[in-house]
Amino acid sequence: MSTTQTRAGATRRPSTATRRQHRAAYLFVLPFFVVFVAMLVVPLVYSGYLSLFERRLIGGESFVGLANYLRAFGDPNFWGGLGRVATFLVVQVPIMLGLALFFALALDSGRARGSRSARLLIFMPYAVPAVIATLMWGYLYGPDFGPLAQIARAVGFGTPDFLSPQSILGSMMNIVTWEFVGYNMIIMYAALRAIPAELYEAAEIDGAGQFRTAWSIKIPAIRPAIILTVIFSVIGSFQLFNEPSLLNAVAPDAISNSFTPNYYAYNLAFINQELNYASAIAFLLGLVIAVVSYVVQLGEQRRERRERKGTA
Amino acid sequence: MRNTRRAAASVLGSAAVLGLVLTGCSPSASDAPSGEAVTQDQIDEAMTTPTELTFWTWVPDIEDEVKLFEEKYPEISVTVENVGQGLPHYQKLRSAIEAGEGAPDVAQIEYQYIPSFVLGESLLDLTPYGADDLSGDYVEWAWNQVSPGEQVWAIPQDVGPMGNLYREDILAQAGITEPPATWEEYAQAAEAVKTSTGSYISNLGATQAGQMIGFFWQAGVKPFGYDGAETVTIDVNSDGAKEVADYWTDLIQRDLISTDVDFNDAWYQGLASGKYAGWLTAAWGPVFLQGTAEGTTGLWRAAPLPQWEAGQNVSGNWGGSADAVLASSENPIAAAMLAQFINHDEESAMQLATQQFLYPPQTSVLEDPAFVDQESEFYGGQQVNKLFAEISDTVDTDFQWLPFMDYVYSSYEETLGTVIADRGDISAALDTWQDQLVSYAEAQGFTVQ
Repeated sequence: MSTTQTRAGATRRPSTATRRQHRAAYLFVLPFFVVFVAMLVVPLVYSGYLSLFERRLIGGESFVGLANYLRAFGDPNFWGGLGRVATFLVVQVPIMLGLALFFALALDSGRARGSRSARLLIFMPYAVPAVIATLMWGYLYGPDFGPLAQIARAVGFGTPDFLSPQSILGSMMNIVTWEFVGYNMIIMYAALRAIPAELYEAAEIDGAGQFRTAWSIKIPAIRPAIILTVIFSVIGSFQLFNEPSLLNAVAPDAISNSFTPNYYAYNLAFINQELNYASAIAFLLGLVIAVVSYVVQLGEQRRERRERKGTA
Repeated sequence: MRNTRRAAASVLGSAAVLGLVLTGCSPSASDAPSGEAVTQDQIDEAMTTPTELTFWTWVPDIEDEVKLFEEKYPEISVTVENVGQGLPHYQKLRSAIEAGEGAPDVAQIEYQYIPSFVLGESLLDLTPYGADDLSGDYVEWAWNQVSPGEQVWAIPQDVGPMGNLYREDILAQAGITEPPATWEEYAQAAEAVKTSTGSYISNLGATQAGQMIGFFWQAGVKPFGYDGAETVTIDVNSDGAKEVADYWTDLIQRDLISTDVDFNDAWYQGLASGKYAGWLTAAWGPVFLQGTAEGTTGLWRAAPLPQWEAGQNVSGNWGGSADAVLASSENPIAAAMLAQFINHDEESAMQLATQQFLYPPQTSVLEDPAFVDQESEFYGGQQVNKLFAEISDTVDTDFQWLPFMDYVYSSYEETLGTVIADRGDISAALDTWQDQLVSYAEAQGFTVQ
């Protein structure tokens, strides 16, 4: 009896200290969880709940189960939008990340002069709010008074139509690339700075040049950072919203209401008054993003495992 | 004290809303007086009781008119809030109504959106508050817009009877000295202007549903109807509508009319630089243009719309809004009085017309020499207000809207908008538009006629 008591007492003493520590830890993460629950979990649950109903302007609300999801599966507008963002993803993301990697390596090599200001200049577009950036590009693209068109006319190339239905997606890719190259570059650059210098020394001793070092040491070393930017870009592409909704003011004929899934959900909710169907679309989109992000991550993990086995 | 109480109330309110929403109920409209006339005593009592009202509007400096109201009723204080113009305004209004909390007492609503708020039982019938007595003080078609049946849903604030603004100098270069009187003459003028000056006689905004619907209105086409309950009439591809569509298709395909998207920078510059030699617009257009194309002062003139038959004199309407009282208002009497005062009081109505440049629907202002005799330097000294006052009398009195105009406009953009931009066949697009509207209406539970 007494032994158990003392034993319990003995274990209790350090446990109060840990418990206090634990309490402090919980206290620190509490604000995050409060916001997380209020701003993410609650709306998510609510929108999931909404997606199971249908409310009509006449006749009110009724439970329809998964009918909204079934409707989305057969909705060419939803698939069209999804296809568009998939194209966007496949074309724009490699270009953007390639450029970001190139700039990050160039800055890290220390060969470029004025690298500090170059870094700032490349990063600067990210500091411009997306809304302003899109409005600005909308003006630059203008066929009558936009400077790009004026220059093209002046040198005899005719008037390029950046806002036509055929070229609007490309024009958007350009805006997004312009905006996010700097952001991705900073992530990669920060990872490059964290590579231990011994590796470089060893490489130099082995006689590796700049390119060889970049290819065989730097890029593999920052692969986790690159994967991070890939996943951010996947999510960003699928969620494309600002650009279509703002460019719609200058090119409404080129941007349909279902141009991207997010824009479609927004229009369904606020123009068509189909809040329930919009919730279902939003949910499906979330699912697609989760799956694609998971596949990207899984691919990377497999690769890592394979390489580890190879070196072992 | 009041603040804390309000905060507590709002927390409780949101909890209540969440509860309602989760149980799938929608908050019912507040217990609005059911059609019984409010007595003068009740009004007097309400107007001498300290009250706070909220007023959502996007009219700049309307605080000046609100001040007149507050001077007359010192116990009432009004907070004017601008939550955005057009779509954002309605989105916020609908969200607030949905939430059952945070909606204003009085809100500005464009005519075409009134039916959608009536459908949701969100507006207060103003007849018990004496609004019916005002009917004779407004041009008939404007009053019909706010009072399609027995009830009065809002007080008209401004209207947009349509006319033709044109550059006298550019038309003169093309040998045209008189504004085209018929659409046929207009088409000939368009050709002359294009060949001899390179300008377009006008721009038809590719996605500007309001303008096209205004043309339908002028041509006597009745594309929409709503009985106030569950039955809608949709007839956007009638023969009349197709006739209008074919006219524009022809001009567009011969490249005599541009189809640029309007109300953006490029379009403003086009108006200022002579790319467009005219603008078929509404009564709010003259002042708007004056602000946009300052450098062309004195070169513009105003005229009525060209007519389908020589000798006819009819017009349509594009835009305009009214002030409605929300059914959820806790101070319906004071709110109804505010809506009426702003748009009916002689001084306030006059000020709206001359300071805020809202084109008035009140006959008293339309007949007041102080308003109609104004000479506009921008239009070469022409009495533009008088011209539009005359046009205002020629607008077809009977025109209805559907209770889901947001969708109608967005569907227009998808169907006619793209076709106009691509210089295709507008008539064919009308059929697609019709199909989309009918299937939407049916999916929403309406009976379509």
